Amino acid sequence: MFGIEDPQIWGGYLIAIVLAGAAAVYGLLNWNKGAAEETDEEESDQGD
Amino acid sequence: MVDPVILGAVTAVYIVVIMYLGYLGYKKTQEEEDFMVCGRKIHPVVLAFSYGATFISTSAIVGFGGMAAHLGMGLIWLTVLNIGVGIIIAFIIFGRRTRDIGCRLKAVTFPDLLGKCYRSGFMQSITGLIILVGMPLYTAAILISGARFIENTMAIQYDMALIGFVLIVAVYVIAGGLIAVMYSDALQGGIMMVGMVILLVSTYLILGGVETANADLVSLSPLVPSGLASAGHTGWASMPELGSPIWLNMITTIVLGVGIGVLAQPQLVVRFMTVKDSRSLDKAVFVGGPFILLMTGVAFTVGALTNVYFMREEGLLATEAAGGNIDSIIPMFINSSMPDAFVVVFMLALLAAAMSTLSSLFHTMGTSAGYDLWRNVRHLRFFSFLEANMSRLGRPLTIKGKELPKKNYRASQIGTGFMILVSIVIAYLMPGSIIARATAMFFGLCASAFLPAYAHALYSRKPSTWAAKASLAVGAVTWFTWTAFVHVAESAPLGISKFLFGEDAVLGMPWQNVDPLVISLPLSIAALAVALLIDRWRR
Repeated sequence: MFGIEDPQIWGGYLIAIVLAGAAAVYGLLNWNKGAAEETDEEESDQGD
Repeated sequence: MVDPVILGAVTAVYIVVIMYLGYLGYKKTQEEEDFMVCGRKIHPVVLAFSYGATFISTSAIVGFGGMAAHLGMGLIWLTVLNIGVGIIIAFIIFGRRTRDIGCRLKAVTFPDLLGKCYRSGFMQSITGLIILVGMPLYTAAILISGARFIENTMAIQYDMALIGFVLIVAVYVIAGGLIAVMYSDALQGGIMMVGMVILLVSTYLILGGVETANADLVSLSPLVPSGLASAGHTGWASMPELGSPIWLNMITTIVLGVGIGVLAQPQLVVRFMTVKDSRSLDKAVFVGGPFILLMTGVAFTVGALTNVYFMREEGLLATEAAGGNIDSIIPMFINSSMPDAFVVVFMLALLAAAMSTLSSLFHTMGTSAGYDLWRNVRHLRFFSFLEANMSRLGRPLTIKGKELPKKNYRASQIGTGFMILVSIVIAYLMPGSIIARATAMFFGLCASAFLPAYAHALYSRKPSTWAAKASLAVGAVTWFTWTAFVHVAESAPLGISKFLFGEDAVLGMPWQNVDPLVISLPLSIAALAVALLIDRWRR
């Protein structure tokens, strides 16, 4: 793959890139998730 | 060679900006919580860049990049762990709990977090003490590499470079605390990212594209020197032979030692407590993963590819072209292959990498000394006497007769200043052979001594203090014993084994090449588990 023959090497690159992508996707998906929960909590606190 | 006037002017502008960020930190630092954890309101992007810039030092780029030139692309597995463990597990599994518990218990340092989780001043003090014993070595390594780098690029005498470098960092760390450190880290992280992107793209362009460059690297495999081949080296685009000395060194010391060790780094853990909510940590993960890929992934790739460049240009392997000094491979490659404008950007990136790591280490050592240790020993008779008699320590400072407001983080500022002096002394005293290994050593020590107790503190409802102490003691003692008597890369230069037993290492192969972490971390975990079982059985 991309001129590298040893699967232990290109596999390492593949996993590193997938993990970096996964980190970015995780961050994006959760970007506002906590905000909604916190707003709910704040509202319930005010209700109490 | 870049025009020194241009390099000097760019560096001067950079230092002015850094000092301005230090000033901002100073203005925003009013309370102890500001100095220690940025008032728990740092921006997530600043956190991500700061975490990454602290994690990645100059030695990670130049030293490990040079190691990739020597050993090959197999180091990419360290990048896998850097992202998987150092970012994803660190932020999601450890970071969230650390922030929540740290905020609830009002913990402001890593030792403080452990001390409060275990309700033990001893845990706080001993953790602070281990940091104060182990971290100056690592700090001295960063300090030396930074000073050498300034000496070589700006033609400044080494002593001047070292003192000047320390003074600049010391001013903004002591005055502006963690706010100044993290603001400057964010700028430095940005510079590092730009530098590494340009480095990767330029290298592949110079070498004729991704496929051509990689295929040429594969074709160099028959040229592996016989000494390396017999130790397991198979080429620069393939893994070493499984179980060979080079494989053991690459996997146990570099990949596992640094990859896992990052989880319990006090200067990184404290950053989780600087954000206002868990959402900020998720946002930081978005930036952190790609950032680390660009740092270590690029360094290891370009490092290995320098063999293709030097073979084409000089008919030599990278290590041969650098005269055997692997630390000079990356700077040599940059200087000889890149246009001047990029050399300036990359030099600035390396300076930024050194400064960001150094400032964080100074801050962590200072708070360990001035907060974690001092507050637990100040009641002892000797220290009470000392405190009462040392002028200014407990009194407000004055300028032109005008009293400055007394800061409740003054002891941490004094501690930082003191530990900076200690680091300078160590930088002059320690042999280079030990200094070069200091990064992996400190990472290994932290993981062995702190990681099980840290994880237990975060994930147990009633963490057992006794089990934590057992784990910490077993981890630290085993790590030291293996380092001083078995792992020959450290035991030989340390000389303790030779002095006591007449041999560099008391065990033979393959144990001499197995990193201390691989032995001490499982034992530390086992000690925690056994102590927990005994604790439960007692009840």
